[in-house]
Amino acid sequence: MEKGKLQEYWKINLGYLIGLLIAWFVVSYGFGILLVEPLNAIKLGGFKLGFWFAQQGSIYIFVVLIFVYVSLMNTLDKKFDVHED
Amino acid sequence: MDVQTWTYIIVGITFLIYIAIAIWAKAGSTKEFYVAGAGVPPLMNGMATAADWMSAASFISMAGLISFMGYDGSVYLMGWTGGYVLLALLLAPYLRKFGKFTVPDFVGDRYYSNVARTVAVICAIFVSFTYVAGQMRGVGVVFSRFLEVDINTGIVIGMCIVFFYAVLGGMKGITYTQVAQYCVLIFAYMVPAIFLSMIIAGTPIPQLGMGGSGSDGVYLLDKLDNLHVELGFAAYTNGSKPMIDVFAITLALMVGTAGLPHVIVRFFTVPKVRDARISAGWALIFIALLYTTAPAIATFARLNLIDTVSNQSYAELPSWFKKWEKTGLLAWMDKNEDGKIQYLGKAKNGGDAFEGKPAFTKETGEHGQQLLSNKATDNANELFIDNDIMVLANPEIGQLPNWVIALVAAGGLAAALSTAAGLLLVISTSVAHDLIKKQINPNISEKSELLYARIAVAIAIVIAGYFGINPPGFVAQVVAFAFGLAAASFFPVIILGIFSKRMNKEGAISGMLAGLIFTAAYIVYFKFISPDMNKPEFWWFGISPEGIGTVGMLLNVAVSMAVSRITPEPPREIQELVDSLRYPKGAGEASAH
Repeated sequence: MEKGKLQEYWKINLGYLIGLLIAWFVVSYGFGILLVEPLNAIKLGGFKLGFWFAQQGSIYIFVVLIFVYVSLMNTLDKKFDVHED
Repeated sequence: MDVQTWTYIIVGITFLIYIAIAIWAKAGSTKEFYVAGAGVPPLMNGMATAADWMSAASFISMAGLISFMGYDGSVYLMGWTGGYVLLALLLAPYLRKFGKFTVPDFVGDRYYSNVARTVAVICAIFVSFTYVAGQMRGVGVVFSRFLEVDINTGIVIGMCIVFFYAVLGGMKGITYTQVAQYCVLIFAYMVPAIFLSMIIAGTPIPQLGMGGSGSDGVYLLDKLDNLHVELGFAAYTNGSKPMIDVFAITLALMVGTAGLPHVIVRFFTVPKVRDARISAGWALIFIALLYTTAPAIATFARLNLIDTVSNQSYAELPSWFKKWEKTGLLAWMDKNEDGKIQYLGKAKNGGDAFEGKPAFTKETGEHGQQLLSNKATDNANELFIDNDIMVLANPEIGQLPNWVIALVAAGGLAAALSTAAGLLLVISTSVAHDLIKKQINPNISEKSELLYARIAVAIAIVIAGYFGINPPGFVAQVVAFAFGLAAASFFPVIILGIFSKRMNKEGAISGMLAGLIFTAAYIVYFKFISPDMNKPEFWWFGISPEGIGTVGMLLNVAVSMAVSRITPEPPREIQELVDSLRYPKGAGEASAH
């Protein structure tokens, strides 16, 4: 495939990465560490919200982020015809 | 049936399964031995990765650690899961596309340099040995506590089992055994947790129970916060570490996870690039199941412990307390001679109950407690508790049937053995492939390379067993090393190798060395040279040795960027190699060349 197309593919990939890594940073380092105290003023059932993000929420979101990336990339691979098989 | 009989039966059955799988999955080629023929389905690879990753420490110690650290324990929860996002997004697909066998392979080829390869090999071997000694010890501990055999006998039994399936099956045998081991360990972890959650929070889902309330309608976490403050501990949900240190440790653990060779190599074993991405996702789901349950166990166990022991008279304690006292995981020194247990934190004149680990005199005191020969400290706390008790004693605290207790033993063994096997394979591959084949004698036949790999596993098992039997006093300290070094060396070098075409060998080597030397020096200084200075007021920027890998990583990136800009750009074919990593098409097979 010609070079320009591949570069476009790579650019879109980098865009996905930046977006998802921002989410990754915000839920763990943001909500779970830097903003933990203000968030702790909010309650989620018996959890303080900041504490919940640090010990539960961030992990769930990590899982979601990976699956979002997988599905975005599978679509992108097909669109640019760089998918295997 | 008693606990011991159950334990022999359940552990025996699981060991037979592992051996049967090993015979079925015998490796015939180096490709099968190193990367399971790159034919592992992604779901199974995810399960194997999870078992590979979750060690004896995750299974036995982590919940207890969080239980004592409260919010501060989050560094382990986020740190040991968030790395998988980095793996799935930044490493796994590209390394799979690269399609060789090992991490030093990538470093050596991408940076067209045997010096870089050698630095990588040394790091891989060091990190893996650090880790594996702890696993062997874990095997011995589980054996000695549950089957009442000598710790050393336990280690030897563990060595024989690992020897059998690692030497015979290589990565192929290890992978399919790990799938079985994951099932055993997660079942063993969840069953007591579910029972405990039903007893304490009235719901079978521990993750919800943790945020629920007990029979008195008070939220468990609120109750725990109040109890903590009352007894002089920092509130459970607030923690006491400085924020910058929490930040640095979490980042060092995440990046370290993504840089550990035995984790990375798992993504070489799947057929396609897209399988590498999704198998990181499966791995994290399987890991998250345990990692979101652990803080719930921590909460339940902490509440239960304080309720059961604080200010209670020793004579009336339940029998599990006395049983675990015999193992040295619990100890009570009646300093004020009132016959009751005072369990207090720093703010209420608490602290360590006595100096060092418990040393029993073998005599019993007037209340029936095991007497200690340790020197008493001058604070008012009387109770010593080892972290490990929280998971190990759970089934008894919850008064669960004997087979559940036996299951915990089998789970602990599965966790330790699966991690040990993965690490041993990295060591053997590093020796047989990266050193012998790539550097000493490139002309050896596949058959003799396979033989060298098997011999290397065997030798590595013996050395690991030796360290398990004679643990160097610093095993606990060196874990910080493993993560710090992985964070400061492998992670930046691989990421830059994929995402920057301009990165050349001069940059990579100087960056790795700068990161390694800085991180190692900081850890060695505070852990070995002047341990009494290992306090926040002496740390740089308030970052502890556990978190310094973060700074080492930044330093590595800064140095490599700077050096690569003033040295020649990498050769044309290397830039083309980097280009080809970025597109999945034609992933090709994992191959020696």
